[in-house]
Amino acid sequence: MDIAIPSLTIGRVREGLLSRRFSAAELAAEALRFAQAENPKTNAYLHFSPERALAAAKRVDEQIARGEDPGPLAGVPVAVKDVILTKGVRTTCGSKLLANYVPPYDATAVERLERAGGIIIGKTNCDEFAMGSSTENSAFGPVRNPVAPDRVPGGSSGGSAAVVAQGTAVVALGSDTGGSIRQPASFCGVVGVTPTYGRVSRYGLTAFASSLDHIGPFSRSVKDSATLLGVIAGRDPRDSTSADAPVPDYTALLDGNVKGLKLGLPREYLKDLMSETGDLISRGVDTLQSLGCQVCEISLPSTDYAIACYYIICTAEASSNLARYDGVRYTFRSEMSDTLSDMYRNTRGEGFGAECKRRIMLGTYVLSAGYYDAYYLKAQKVRALIARDFANAFQEVDAILAPVSPFPAFKLGEKLDDPLAMYLSDIYTITGDLAGIPCMSVPCGNTAGGLPVGMQILTRHFDETTMFRLADAFEKAGLPA
Amino acid sequence: MKITEQEVRYVAGLANLKLTDAEVARFQADLDGILEHIGKLNEIDTSNAEPMAQVLYDAEKTATLRADVPAPALGNQAALANAPQPGAGYFKVPKVIER
Repeated sequence: MDIAIPSLTIGRVREGLLSRRFSAAELAAEALRFAQAENPKTNAYLHFSPERALAAAKRVDEQIARGEDPGPLAGVPVAVKDVILTKGVRTTCGSKLLANYVPPYDATAVERLERAGGIIIGKTNCDEFAMGSSTENSAFGPVRNPVAPDRVPGGSSGGSAAVVAQGTAVVALGSDTGGSIRQPASFCGVVGVTPTYGRVSRYGLTAFASSLDHIGPFSRSVKDSATLLGVIAGRDPRDSTSADAPVPDYTALLDGNVKGLKLGLPREYLKDLMSETGDLISRGVDTLQSLGCQVCEISLPSTDYAIACYYIICTAEASSNLARYDGVRYTFRSEMSDTLSDMYRNTRGEGFGAECKRRIMLGTYVLSAGYYDAYYLKAQKVRALIARDFANAFQEVDAILAPVSPFPAFKLGEKLDDPLAMYLSDIYTITGDLAGIPCMSVPCGNTAGGLPVGMQILTRHFDETTMFRLADAFEKAGLPA
Repeated sequence: MKITEQEVRYVAGLANLKLTDAEVARFQADLDGILEHIGKLNEIDTSNAEPMAQVLYDAEKTATLRADVPAPALGNQAALANAPQPGAGYFKVPKVIER
């Protein structure tokens, strides 16, 4: 049987299944074989889940045989970032601490995508506990960018971006706290979406910074991300922060017509750009203008303070969330401890990698006695100002266009020794997370050296529809030669 | 200097992290640079801002409360399945009190 996995979309899989060109079981077996054969090139998958995939595929085939609708993701090979729990399938969070952890339950997003017919074929590599911008902080080795193997795929969801770019999955789930979906999507030349805070249940997402964590899709087309988000979105009683807001049919509104939409370009986001990235973004803006959008300059005046604000809030929350890895419940325990308190200290000292330790240290410091007002409380106030900037801007415009990263994919090892420089490169993505608004990266061309660049689209709370409409129209217009 | 070696060791103690001497030196330098950058926040006037404790601030306070109804729990066996040292239905740990 001949199925070209990298050319598949959700729609093509459906067509192939319903015309009986292939069965879900045949497709799952071929997707697994192909992904396993290709994986040594990137290290993007940490492990595969053949039993679960084949069982899910069998259910889809049975539904089709009975003449039932097999669901919007029927037979689609999906990869899941290894911070999202999969019952019975190892979930490591890229950490030595959880190298052998097998979750006793599924994340809601996983449950929903399987119920919609999706086939989970494996779990993807990431920065340890999703902390990083390059996937070099994984305890299981870095991921190579499929577009440029000497470069990083971005992070922290680098594995999910890489498998979609490489064609070893049709779509993937990632998580985003400060840009961990959009930045790797931009670096690998695929679509990556961070939905509104609360849009997708985080039940079963390993907590990093709870007021900032999101689950969202990766795909090769805007429509496929819209379909996947439609499946996983919606209220979940098991996550009290999930929003009780209606989920529209995102794909129904992708008609290519964006005439009259008002778009804002934040002047604070365009001043430090590397020239090639800036040129590609300007050409993207021109394209949308030629489709009938009105473009104006806007100001988000608190932008300069976003990095400082973000790295206080996310590390404070991380230091609390990671307190649970103490050697009692989660697989790894240091062997050389005589007392309970030594066991805690040794387990955490041996188990966490350098970036997690750095963030736990910073988070503990900013929350420690005497510093709370100066750091955490101050950061919460600055966060309100950043959110207010966006709210003001959305009085004037329907969407904001921005870069995703100041530069394209960098070389493996290039930024490892300078954590502050790595943090500063998150500037264009963390603001969307701080405000809790939907934002996505859509490919907008390659540099002369062939490296992909993504353009970011941000919209109002719960207005993923406008974001998808713009991205889809942009994608349909095609990139200038 | 924003943070001293002694403070780094104190914070590591609060966080229950055993650090090597090399890590203490490294984190002192790293945190110093990061705290220097974070000091920027002193420039911005926040006297008119309420701390953003809730992300979707326009939602009703009780919008996401669920009915308080008991549901099946994981069960003892599943809860212990990942324990490094389970025993007799419990998590076993080294001694807590030193003699």
